[in-house]
Amino acid sequence: MTDNDIITVEQLSHSFGDKVVLQDINLSIRKGEFVTILGPSGCGKTTLMRLIGGLLKASGGKITIAGKDMTFTPPYLRPVNTVFQKYALFPHLNVYNNIAFGLKLKKLPEEVIKKKVMQVLKIVTMTDYEERDVDTLSGGQQQRVAIARAIVNEPDVLLLDEPLAALDLKMRRDMQMEIKAMHKKLGISFIYITHDQEEALTLSDRIVVMREGVIQQIGTPAQIYNEPENSFVADFIGESNILNGVMIGDCLVEFAGHRFECVDTGYSPNELVDVVIRPEDIYIFEKLEAAQISGQVTSSIFKGVHYEMMVNTSNGFEIMIQDYSGFDVGDTVGMRIKPFDIQVMKKERLCNTFKGIIEDETHVNFLGNTFECIDTRGFESGTEVKIKIDFHNVVLHDNEEDGMLSGTVFFILYKGDHYHITILTEGNEHIFVDTNDIWDDGDRVGISILPESIQIENK
Amino acid sequence: MLTKVLSFIGLRRNWSIPYILFLLFFVLVPLALIVFYAFTSEQGGFSFINFRKFMMHPEALKILIYSIGVAMITTIICLLIGYPAAYILSRMESSRASLLVMLFILPMWINFLIRTLATVALFGFLKLQLGEGALLFGMVYNFLPFMIYPIYNVLQKTDPNLIEAAQDLGANPRQVFFRTVLPLSVPGISSGIMMVFMPVISTFAISELLTINNIKLFGTTLQENIYNGMWNYGAALSLVMLVLISVVSLLSNQGSAKQAEEGGLF
Repeated sequence: MTDNDIITVEQLSHSFGDKVVLQDINLSIRKGEFVTILGPSGCGKTTLMRLIGGLLKASGGKITIAGKDMTFTPPYLRPVNTVFQKYALFPHLNVYNNIAFGLKLKKLPEEVIKKKVMQVLKIVTMTDYEERDVDTLSGGQQQRVAIARAIVNEPDVLLLDEPLAALDLKMRRDMQMEIKAMHKKLGISFIYITHDQEEALTLSDRIVVMREGVIQQIGTPAQIYNEPENSFVADFIGESNILNGVMIGDCLVEFAGHRFECVDTGYSPNELVDVVIRPEDIYIFEKLEAAQISGQVTSSIFKGVHYEMMVNTSNGFEIMIQDYSGFDVGDTVGMRIKPFDIQVMKKERLCNTFKGIIEDETHVNFLGNTFECIDTRGFESGTEVKIKIDFHNVVLHDNEEDGMLSGTVFFILYKGDHYHITILTEGNEHIFVDTNDIWDDGDRVGISILPESIQIENK
Repeated sequence: MLTKVLSFIGLRRNWSIPYILFLLFFVLVPLALIVFYAFTSEQGGFSFINFRKFMMHPEALKILIYSIGVAMITTIICLLIGYPAAYILSRMESSRASLLVMLFILPMWINFLIRTLATVALFGFLKLQLGEGALLFGMVYNFLPFMIYPIYNVLQKTDPNLIEAAQDLGANPRQVFFRTVLPLSVPGISSGIMMVFMPVISTFAISELLTINNIKLFGTTLQENIYNGMWNYGAALSLVMLVLISVVSLLSNQGSAKQAEEGGLF
């Protein structure tokens, strides 16, 4: 921790009962910084905020605020104030008394309180509203009062828990600008929780992308957008084409049936990778001679500033392209991608791996079930082994009962010519599946695995 | 004919007719009768004699004041016991709390005369004297659930976000209670007070049984007069009580609205 950090979080973890919601979170926030914690619902971002605010007790790890270990400090002794998602204004108090709540607890003289309240009312442009009942205010006004009530205490850090989620789009845009201006004026650190990637990109100095209780990437908006560290971040932030690729050598990657120059080094030859290309980074034109790959436009939609086109390449990949000039459906087009616009990422995994136990010569137990397999390779029953199953060898059924296991579709990634789907089983395990069938988030599916697909290896 | 009847029933505003009739015959007419009797002398002419009799009669007045005293003490004891009970219940996980609330309410399913007679027997068994103490015990015992339930209801619906917001703004547990939980539960407290205070003034069976008719409450006086055929005087006494109760409920309504605004309690 340096003097410049106002909050450091080290190896923080939290669980509700058996369910781990935060795992090994390490994060430091500098004085005056605007940090956004971004992730889909259920990723643990609100839990992280509540741990920092002291509304939850950490199961493990350390939280330092303003140089002091505050892991177990109760919320009322922390130099942190929160703007709650549903505002949580006191219905029995008017606007003035809501804002003065914290100051009155500090037993400040009445005229000081009055001066400070009037000052923050001015900051949130709510002058003349001090006598109003909070129930008579609109959503946006309540939001402003909630912010005023927090910043009037002059905290070192302001926590904002999806503060704009309940507002309509236009209001949200306006409030984003106001929050940003307020941050500049106050000079304190803001920690902003949101699931809205656009909001995160607009507001933040740094973004922390979270998923399932684990930090995926920390970086500036430009870093997160241009150099996503994994396919989840690439898919979650903005639009993207994510394709399977092979690293032929340094600065040379093959995907969509073509070898492209890129700028990435340090991969072993023929290593399998994920490739991310933003739709606006692909050049599209009529002349096929200059093209790296070619294809046919299958849809073209005018989006205001640009056209969004889907192009089927000659070797069966679907690619999204955004360009100022539009092409008609059916046009044959050429495409080029600059080396710098190709983002290569290490694959998180190459196949499913599970822990298993041999039951007998033709059966093995994993994922809480017994599966038939062809060959246990001489392992004795009771031996713990590693089970490997290729992504495309997992079979999904519409009907839950048709499978050996059942689960829920948890995350879908389109890879240009197939879908890479994450299934969450009943036992809270992940199974990754490559398929050409279309599934929806939250679909209940049956899962089966054929005996010949199960590979058994030494643990 | 049938179509006429059907179209009459079909009109939604006609659905209120039974209720209007009920209100008319069981609320408004009796009320008018009470007023009529109260302002009528035994001989049948209009007069204030019944009220003059009440004012001149120091005993009736004394009983009224005594009854108000008993009602106030009962209400305060109920509040002191009931609020913490309701608070603890509201903090429990809901399945256990609803079971306990049931247990609190269960005695209400038994006829209150039987309950009171049992209390008399209990006092006899424990060789405790019947009288003022027994009266207060009986009142609190009978009316405590009416205090607990509305307070529990309000506390249970209190938004936990508000409590967290108070903590976040620097309130320690004591301040959280006195500055958010308590003021937010004022509506529950005031309806609890109304549910206890008013019936206690008018109850007569409890005082009759638990004091062997030694202590008379206003309800007792009322009942005795009506029972002995003094309709006019009885009606006047009822009217006095009615006015008193209206004043209390009006005050309590206004008070809670105002307090809710200011966040104070008393």
